[in-house]
Amino acid sequence: MTSESATTPTGGAAPDAPLLTVRGLRKSFGEHVVLHDVDLEVQPGECVVLIGASGSGKSTLLRCVNLLEQVDDGVITLGGLDITDPRVDADEVRSRTGIVFQAYNLFPHLSVLDNVTLAPRRVHRVARAEAERRAMAMLDRVGLAEKARARPDDLSGGQQQRVAIARAMVNSPQLLLLDEVTSALDPELVGEVLDLLRDLRAEGMTMILSTHEMGFARNVADTVCFLDGGRILEQGAPAEVLGAPREPRTRQFLSRLVS
Amino acid sequence: MPAGPVPGPAAVVGGEAAQQDAASWSPSTVEVERRAYRRSRATRSAAVSAVSTVVVLGVLAWLVTHSEGWPRVQETFFSWDKAVSSFPAVLKGLWLNIRLMIVCGISILVLGLTLAIMRTLRGPIFFPLRLIATVYVDLFRGLPLLLLLLLLGLGVPALRLPNVPTELVFWGAVAIVLSYSAYVAEVFRAGIESVHPSQRAASRALGLSNGQTLRHVVLPQAVRRVTPPLMNDFVSLQKDSGLIAVLGATDAIRAAQIETASDFNYTPYVVAGVLFLCLTIPMARLTDHVARKQGWHGAGGAL
Repeated sequence: MTSESATTPTGGAAPDAPLLTVRGLRKSFGEHVVLHDVDLEVQPGECVVLIGASGSGKSTLLRCVNLLEQVDDGVITLGGLDITDPRVDADEVRSRTGIVFQAYNLFPHLSVLDNVTLAPRRVHRVARAEAERRAMAMLDRVGLAEKARARPDDLSGGQQQRVAIARAMVNSPQLLLLDEVTSALDPELVGEVLDLLRDLRAEGMTMILSTHEMGFARNVADTVCFLDGGRILEQGAPAEVLGAPREPRTRQFLSRLVS
Repeated sequence: MPAGPVPGPAAVVGGEAAQQDAASWSPSTVEVERRAYRRSRATRSAAVSAVSTVVVLGVLAWLVTHSEGWPRVQETFFSWDKAVSSFPAVLKGLWLNIRLMIVCGISILVLGLTLAIMRTLRGPIFFPLRLIATVYVDLFRGLPLLLLLLLLGLGVPALRLPNVPTELVFWGAVAIVLSYSAYVAEVFRAGIESVHPSQRAASRALGLSNGQTLRHVVLPQAVRRVTPPLMNDFVSLQKDSGLIAVLGATDAIRAAQIETASDFNYTPYVVAGVLFLCLTIPMARLTDHVARKQGWHGAGGAL
């Protein structure tokens, strides 16, 4: 499962030192097995896009990587450290990864600025002034510096999702996980979020994202993984998986999207 | 497909093989080791908590029983003989508390729900009903329960009004119901107002009337949401039923008072206290259980 070196953006990353590896990952909820024996490697600076129908296990895979779910089996390493080992400090691992959810999950009782500064101040013990300086820089980065004092409810969906991305990015994570971040947005608001992700990608941010936006996937991905029934059925460069899928199931999925 | 990480070169996995290994899956050696580690941590936690509990309780018990005044405390509050001799009278008194609690509990629920619905009615015709309910809640929530008990329990029978009962217990129960239903009405109202307006809109859009919407859509959700605070009020009612002792009705507390009066040994009060705890602690555990179950429902799917 080597990533396509031809499309690796930064090019400088050693292909033998992946940032994230997933080996034989299995996760079930009760009787229902959501992920079967999933293998995945992500190089530094790589952008991996997960596609597949609802319930195919995309979100669960992201949640396992962020240790929001305890895996049934398999090993996940981040920067060489086995993060599925119960001896590791899960909070420390989570502070090195950022996750953005489909429904934004901003804290409605806090201002935009306080949403972004919460983790730096309470987890990383950064002084208020410094945390706010960093947060304002990040809000400026996502184009929402003037909304710093607003409440999340006063923002549009696209603006809320950009705040959520700023909140995930403010700790300078090694890996950014994005779970269908445009699925809850009006079509005309999707663009502003995708533009932001495209910029982050160009800056060399390593990310794994699940999406239904095939055009975006084609544009931005180094590797596309098609998940079906909790397995990665097919993975490769976007041109291969989206352009010339080998699996009938992938072809079926893609043709339904177009129609 | 064998268990364990098999990072074969295949990026493509056969779809048919997928079904087979779901049943035959067994954990890999890594997972077995992780489980053993988690189990050992759990065992260790249990051992630590057991040891620390024994030590803390042991030290506390030693401190109390070796303090200077302990023999006198034990004689006056924890006399076994006195406990045994006073138990039947106190238990008989408790039966009055239990009956009072059940009758009052049901009356409070009915009156409280009625008041809550009255306060949430819309439309100008209902203004008097809204006004009555609002004034009622303000009044009876603000008055001390003891004051109501004395006023109704001792005052009203003394008037000797025609066709009005004169039993102390009856008026004691009325005072408790008046006070508690004001609290319970507010709990219900909070529940009714917490149901999102879109639920009402969806129900009205289906052609249900305002009343049908309340009955079939709003109240079922509201009641479920306020069950934990209602249980809390019910536990509180169990204790406050003891306040009718001030009227002279022979409930558990009054019975204990009578038993104590003969020799100034306070053990009967302790007996009454323990009996009340036997009622309220199971109730509190039940409340926790219900609350936890509701918490699960609120967690939502995580797929």
